[in-house]
Amino acid sequence: MSDDNAATAQASPPPESEQPTPPEQHNYWHTVLRSITQGNALVAVGAIILAVLVGSLMILFTDEEVRTTFGYIGARPSDFFAASWNAIEGAYSALFRGSVYNTNADDFLSGIRPLTETLKYAAPLILAGLGVGLAFRAGMFNIGGQGQMLLAGGAAGWIALSESLSSLTIWIHLPLAIIVGALAGALWAGLAGLLKARTGAHEVIVTIMLNYVGYYLLFFALSRQGLLQQPGSSNPKSAPAQDTAILPDLLGDRFNLHAGFLLAVAAVAFCWWLLNRSALGYRFRAVGENPHAARTAGIDVGRTYVAAMLIAGALVGLAGVNQVLGTVTSGVALDLDSGIGFDAITVALLGRSRPIGIFFAGLLFGAFKSGGFLMQASEGIPVDIVLVVQSLIVLFLAAPPLVRAVFRLPTKEAA
Amino acid sequence: MQLALRNITKRFGALVANDHISLTVEPGEVHCLLGENGAGKSTLMNVLYGLYQADEGEIVLDGEVQSFAGPGDAIASGIGMVHQHFMLVPVFTVAENVVLGNEQTGFAGKLDLEAAREKVREISARFGFHVDPDAVVEDLPVGVQQRVEIIKALSRDAKVLVFDEPTAVLTPQETDELMGIMRQLKSSGVGIVFITHKLREVREVADRITVIRLGKVVGEAEPTASNTELASLMVGRAVELTVQKDAPTLGDDALVVSDLVVRDDTGLAHVNGMTFTVRAGEVLCVAGVQGNGQTELTEALMGLQEHVAGSITLDGKELVGRNVRQVLDSGVGFVPEDRQVDGLVSSFTIAENLMLDRSFSGPFVSAGTVRRADLDAFAQAKLEEYDVRAPGITTQAGNLSGGNQQKVVVARELSKDLRLLVAAQPTRGVDVGSIEFIHKQIIATRDAGVPVVVVSTELDEVVALADRIMVVYRGQIVGIVPADTPRDVLGLMMTGERPAGVA
Amino acid sequence: MSTTAPASAPVASPDRVEIVPRKVPVILTVITVALALAVALGAQDGDTTFRLATGKDLFQLPDVVVPAELTAWIGIVVMALVSVDSWRRQLTGHRTPMWETALYAVVGLLAFLAWAAADGTIPMVGLLSGSLALAVPLVFGALGGVLGERAGVVNIAIEGQLLFGAFAAAIVGSLAAPPLVSALGESAGDFTGAIVASAGAAFAGMLVAVLLAVFAVRYFVEQVIVGVVLNVLVIGVTSFMFSQVLAPNAATLNSPPRFRAIDIPILGDIPLIGPVLFRQTLLVYALYVAVALVTFALWRTRWGLRLRAVGEHPKAADTVGIKVNRTRFRTVLLAGAIAGLGGASYTLVAVSQFNREMTGGAGYIALAAVIFGKWDPIRATLAALLFGFASQLQGTLSVIGSPVPSQFMLMLPYVVTLFAVAGLVGHSRPPAASGQPYKLG
Repeated sequence: MSDDNAATAQASPPPESEQPTPPEQHNYWHTVLRSITQGNALVAVGAIILAVLVGSLMILFTDEEVRTTFGYIGARPSDFFAASWNAIEGAYSALFRGSVYNTNADDFLSGIRPLTETLKYAAPLILAGLGVGLAFRAGMFNIGGQGQMLLAGGAAGWIALSESLSSLTIWIHLPLAIIVGALAGALWAGLAGLLKARTGAHEVIVTIMLNYVGYYLLFFALSRQGLLQQPGSSNPKSAPAQDTAILPDLLGDRFNLHAGFLLAVAAVAFCWWLLNRSALGYRFRAVGENPHAARTAGIDVGRTYVAAMLIAGALVGLAGVNQVLGTVTSGVALDLDSGIGFDAITVALLGRSRPIGIFFAGLLFGAFKSGGFLMQASEGIPVDIVLVVQSLIVLFLAAPPLVRAVFRLPTKEAA
Repeated sequence: MQLALRNITKRFGALVANDHISLTVEPGEVHCLLGENGAGKSTLMNVLYGLYQADEGEIVLDGEVQSFAGPGDAIASGIGMVHQHFMLVPVFTVAENVVLGNEQTGFAGKLDLEAAREKVREISARFGFHVDPDAVVEDLPVGVQQRVEIIKALSRDAKVLVFDEPTAVLTPQETDELMGIMRQLKSSGVGIVFITHKLREVREVADRITVIRLGKVVGEAEPTASNTELASLMVGRAVELTVQKDAPTLGDDALVVSDLVVRDDTGLAHVNGMTFTVRAGEVLCVAGVQGNGQTELTEALMGLQEHVAGSITLDGKELVGRNVRQVLDSGVGFVPEDRQVDGLVSSFTIAENLMLDRSFSGPFVSAGTVRRADLDAFAQAKLEEYDVRAPGITTQAGNLSGGNQQKVVVARELSKDLRLLVAAQPTRGVDVGSIEFIHKQIIATRDAGVPVVVVSTELDEVVALADRIMVVYRGQIVGIVPADTPRDVLGLMMTGERPAGVA
Repeated sequence: MSTTAPASAPVASPDRVEIVPRKVPVILTVITVALALAVALGAQDGDTTFRLATGKDLFQLPDVVVPAELTAWIGIVVMALVSVDSWRRQLTGHRTPMWETALYAVVGLLAFLAWAAADGTIPMVGLLSGSLALAVPLVFGALGGVLGERAGVVNIAIEGQLLFGAFAAAIVGSLAAPPLVSALGESAGDFTGAIVASAGAAFAGMLVAVLLAVFAVRYFVEQVIVGVVLNVLVIGVTSFMFSQVLAPNAATLNSPPRFRAIDIPILGDIPLIGPVLFRQTLLVYALYVAVALVTFALWRTRWGLRLRAVGEHPKAADTVGIKVNRTRFRTVLLAGAIAGLGGASYTLVAVSQFNREMTGGAGYIALAAVIFGKWDPIRATLAALLFGFASQLQGTLSVIGSPVPSQFMLMLPYVVTLFAVAGLVGHSRPPAASGQPYKLG
């Protein structure tokens, strides 16, 4: 490759190199992050369409009416197609009515209520998704969202139910609860970062284990009088949060949307600044893309891992705080994470680990969640279908060549 | 067996790596393939070996056109390859490596390792190798590993053997032995393709020479051709093999290393008791065969090694015990040996790469925020000053050629207030034009009164740059000699011999 | 910045000195102190009885009765001595030998049991055979994990393979058993039905593996991502199908036959070992065979040599004509089938019906066993057995009534794993190319 030939010099790295090519290991995170952070919008749309199609097939296969009419499809095919259409149309219109606008509602305000529900469900997904995505950018898989949310929720709840603190007005009590919750999440994730930095333990295993440990820790605290358990109760549940520690409603009593959504928006802005403008974020990305070069340039890789996990854990922790202080204020329970810790992984992947992308991915999955409940209630389709569609979206999205092949999109490499 | 490649063309996207290349190898002949880094030699051999499929052209063996779907087909047709980066599984034994893909089995697919050992012993005896079939490959010295590669190829009855840059990792003595092995193979009727960019070796062993430049055959040459002729054929213009430089203006002792011992995590000493001094305004070249402690030495200077004993002082200040950032902040510039792994973040832009070692404070960061305008202006200036061929400062470093990548690294390291420059293999895998440029920059740094340590395994580079040469072997200093020391003396020293009269 | 070498002599330092990490003594000390604290704070009176025999045994071993508090303290003293010795070795540049760690583990366990079960009786046979039963899916899953990683593919989807295996076994068993029962009679029909169901489980595990292989091997998608997402997908699909199809038709689709324990003559009569190892179900015996086969095949056959070459240095394998991605693809499928078979133990042994998310993260524990077991089938099996033991211990102690809150007992396997990956695995080495897609150019 001669520099005299500038065109080829810029086109691509030499496909054959006679210099020592780095062992594949060194490119490992690089490829990982590439696959997460690149791709194009067309592929994303294609992935969503494919996933929804597969979801539709599952609905069809399991619909009683469709199966019955399939039995005599030879005799009266129209029945079969009508039944199929009914099943699909019913499912997706319920999904829409449950997540965007309820066309059956009497007035605009009740019609728009589903949209506010979507925002409510999106808030923790965005917060936790940011936490997972930020860790991704620093080169770590944070599978520990569940544990981080549980401990953060437990800690925030512990502050929130305190009567003595409630005398301090909402201006002190609420921020204190939020901060303590975020700190708990940060510490739990930071522990994983510390173990990785100090001992080289793989963070996937460590965060998964910390999920279980966190679960049983919270379980223990919720089962002990004097710790978190509601006085006089034998259930593993805490007393409800004090009014001074509850995230205020944004649109008044008629809607469930609370200030947690503002937290999410602020976190998106913060993460954008952190990753794209700050020196710390620059180091996160350097370590994530090439830890060897970062280390050689004087960046303490271990410390960066810990820092990234602390911030990531605080963000995921805010998702837990959002649940305890906003969505379900009747007390801390063991299911407070309601799967968000794992959903966050798919949100981060769909959002390609970028704050703005995660925001929209969170909105989409929030809509699925909100609509999924109506789908289950009105059409009897189990809400688990949402999990299927979500995971398929991410799976297809991770394999752009597959989606391109299915939709015959032009390949990127041809450029 | 006669091998003929006819009009082989291989493209990667818009890039033509091989452009209608033809060559013939007769049985019992050593055919040298000479070319610069990136000229397309390895691509051609990967086509021959079935790892790549040619877009055009054909491979002909004894008059029959072949089509190789993979290396398995090539091996079955009698083609063997001794790879530049050995294709050996480090945790397997010699016998396991030799039979891999060609195993004999007994009941229920059980491996017959005894047959494998026997095969290794038999071929070893034939060529006078001393290779223990039960040794684990990663424990063997590189020279022996290469013999395992040769045994592996011969055990599959290779009639044409390809050696891809085989001497890069060998001492001059091992290289001589390899040349002997090649002659032995040749006399047994094996055809040999010898890929290299080292002119001396070519003339020693080749029967025919084909020169490749930018993916094309640019000429054939006789082994009697002079170095200058071959070099200008290879590069396409007359090449200045030496660097213009004046006698050094020596200052005080700047870098003082004493009793340095560097161990890895297993406790093995890679640097074992080195003591030397570099004065301001002087280039000290560390010469030696790869893997004799040079990497560990430079990393220890930078604070990148964990188990370091002894003392390293720069201008009187102790560096041992400081972390990388503190070492860098005390004014040390470092060009790492492998730029793609340690020097650059390939998905970062050129501008982002230029602030890699200054992300905490200093010109590009204030109040925790990156000063993008300052960084961009700086990057634009360096792009021009260092003649980096790129569309702009937002080009990703990974999309640059090796030479341009290295210029980015050098630009970053030299634009600091330097008190020491450490450059490891500064021109490895770099085109000739960039080599000349980088060499000039290193000499300019020296002339500015900065002490410079250059580590190189290329004797030409050592001789061109050095004011003094320090030869290392097995983690120890064999001797520190003047720059005009004859090459054969240096070669001998690289095997650990201390010639008479050397300090 | 430390080394134990003498820094003064210029060229005289030895080529190699032992550099011993501090992890092992630290961990041993931490555990000793934790146990000592627990015993000191929760003093226990009375004796602890270890029952070594069952009523069915030919040779009746006598019960062993020890004073609880005293035994615990003796154990703690031994543990403290080992910890001190470990520090001594570390400071003089030596590793703690395996036998000392093993001694520590056994003594520590007995001390803990004696303390925790004070005034109670520990049925050792029940404890151990229960551990084995609980470990069955873990061992199958770990075997699948070892195979995958040895070939260079990280199989996070073990969880999904177990769950889908359990799901398929329930359906296949429910469908296959009635006709088989009417043809072969009650017990033979159930038995063959369960075998057919196990085959279905293996097939289901393989289906999940096909997805893993397609995305990870064919499309080079990051393996950890595929694995995690596949687990979510399987949870979604099985839960959806459970609510939509299985629950409404429980009698026809979710009532598979069960494997019953088979006593092996003679072997089953060996004291203590017999009842534990040889009065088990067919699935457990299949497990013994699987462990032996995988171990033999991996280390002693051509197939295993090639598989390991592909996982260590794929390019080297490629250059000798081994099809890297084809080898990986097939290995992943086999690994999936093995893990899927493990899923059968959820629906065909203790409980004979499928329930949503019934594997409860066992796949992740199996993954931890793979790492804990240093990618070796035998060691991974032992690690899985250890996890099974920890779970069973929790159950046993909760019956006896122990001073340790049950949540901490439930936490134990995960804490052990944390210690294991952080401390003990540090100096082990995974297959070099594990987790990395192989593509040329």
